[in-house]
Amino acid sequence: MNAMVKPELICPAGTPAALRSAVDAGADAVYCGYQNATNARNFVGLNFTPEEMEKSIRYAHDGGTKVLITLNTFPPAGKVELWKEMVDLSARLGADACIVADIAVAAYIRDTYPDLRIHLSVQAAASSPEAIEYYVREFGVKRVVLPRIMTVSEIRGLLKEIPCEVETFIFGNHGLMVEGRCSLTNYVTGQSTNMDGACSPAACVKYERADDGSMSTILGDYMIDRFGPEETAGYPTICKGRYKCDARDGGYYAFEEPISLNASTMLPDLINAGVHAFKIEGRQRSRAYVKKVVAAFREAVDSIMAGQEPKLADLVALTEGQKQTEGALKTKKWR
Amino acid sequence: MTSEPQSSRLGAGPGGFPFAPPLPLFLLNPILKRIVHRIAVQNPDMFDRLGPHRHAYFLIDPVDIPFMLYLRPDPEALDFRAVGRRNPPPHAARISGKFLDLLTLMDTEQDGDALFFSRDLIVTGDTEAVVCLRNALDDVDDPIAESVADMFGPPGRAALNALRRAAENAQKRKGAK
Repeated sequence: MNAMVKPELICPAGTPAALRSAVDAGADAVYCGYQNATNARNFVGLNFTPEEMEKSIRYAHDGGTKVLITLNTFPPAGKVELWKEMVDLSARLGADACIVADIAVAAYIRDTYPDLRIHLSVQAAASSPEAIEYYVREFGVKRVVLPRIMTVSEIRGLLKEIPCEVETFIFGNHGLMVEGRCSLTNYVTGQSTNMDGACSPAACVKYERADDGSMSTILGDYMIDRFGPEETAGYPTICKGRYKCDARDGGYYAFEEPISLNASTMLPDLINAGVHAFKIEGRQRSRAYVKKVVAAFREAVDSIMAGQEPKLADLVALTEGQKQTEGALKTKKWR
Repeated sequence: MTSEPQSSRLGAGPGGFPFAPPLPLFLLNPILKRIVHRIAVQNPDMFDRLGPHRHAYFLIDPVDIPFMLYLRPDPEALDFRAVGRRNPPPHAARISGKFLDLLTLMDTEQDGDALFFSRDLIVTGDTEAVVCLRNALDDVDDPIAESVADMFGPPGRAALNALRRAAENAQKRKGAK
């Protein structure tokens, strides 16, 4: 049996304070982005100015932590300049890798900064050996972040066929980012997740409360969910909305339920499968979330690598809708 | 303007207001003014995260104390005062929750999204303004609650520690349900 490879713990940061929390809690790498459309979490009040990024990279590197910069949106045709500028900036600041989704951005890094690692974003939705081999061959991609649609067994098989590292999500928003779901927000808000970096921008979200204590979530001009007085709530995104349809009685979560991925019980299987990096979702979350989740998974991974039973902290209080799932990692029938 | 939030989860309950302070509001307001100015001086960069919402008025509603807090986080025209519950002043957004939950948010020990998911935090009005305020407060170096406690020396820090213990116990009780 091969010796187990210790996977890197890849942790989110939406602010410099969150980055410092992640570093201090034991992140191997932190991923974060700039305050513009190059970043798929382009929310107001979040993310890093160039000056903040420079200081944060210094802080992370001093703590032995890598910084991966998210340039993981798709430039509109003919408007790739902003993405190139952010690549130039990231290279100048000493980023350890750029996480990209678009082939024009990947090609620019390949041609201009051949030593800068390219990680393929989950937004590229590459999950077959053929797709991944294409990105490795053409752009020198070093790591692929897999969409949350694969079982551990499929990931194990994939790893045998591809010449690059694999990163899997282990905690956070259970948004599958496949089948064009990230385009749904465009129809309602006029802003694009994939090109503007804003899924359900807060300016388009309203919460309305009724006298009975129920709460409606309004996105743009549409009500996308209504929670009873004692019902837990979820994110205001179309893919987590509850809809009326002929085939079902009452409201129906047509895409996904408000629920979070928590793969803590799957960690030994994922490590045995040879996964190189574990990703925690949540750049839009607070530093309290970052501190608690990173510390919990740091302890769990370290325990497994030491041959001990993993210590799994109870993180359900931090999950969407206060519900969690192992998602497709465990079974394709996760709903 | 927003409607008055009501929730079966957030009512002050039959016991009234467990954190009711004995001070009349006009005595409280100079202290609040001092607090907000000190936080602003210590964290000048936090206002950048607010963007245009620095001019907005926020109504912060700790549902289990008998007054609300009225905040305008504008470094050029800071305003932070206690207001009565009967006639809430005009506001862009209202944030309601139990006092200890709001305190632990300011202490960076609680995640706002988690409180929202559990329906322990209610947001009405301009959601973007609230998100910006949350991000601005979350990015300060020292937790706001700690900075406020420090202003009052050892008694302030003792009070914060007592409140932290109360919050921890409340969390445990909630988790046990």
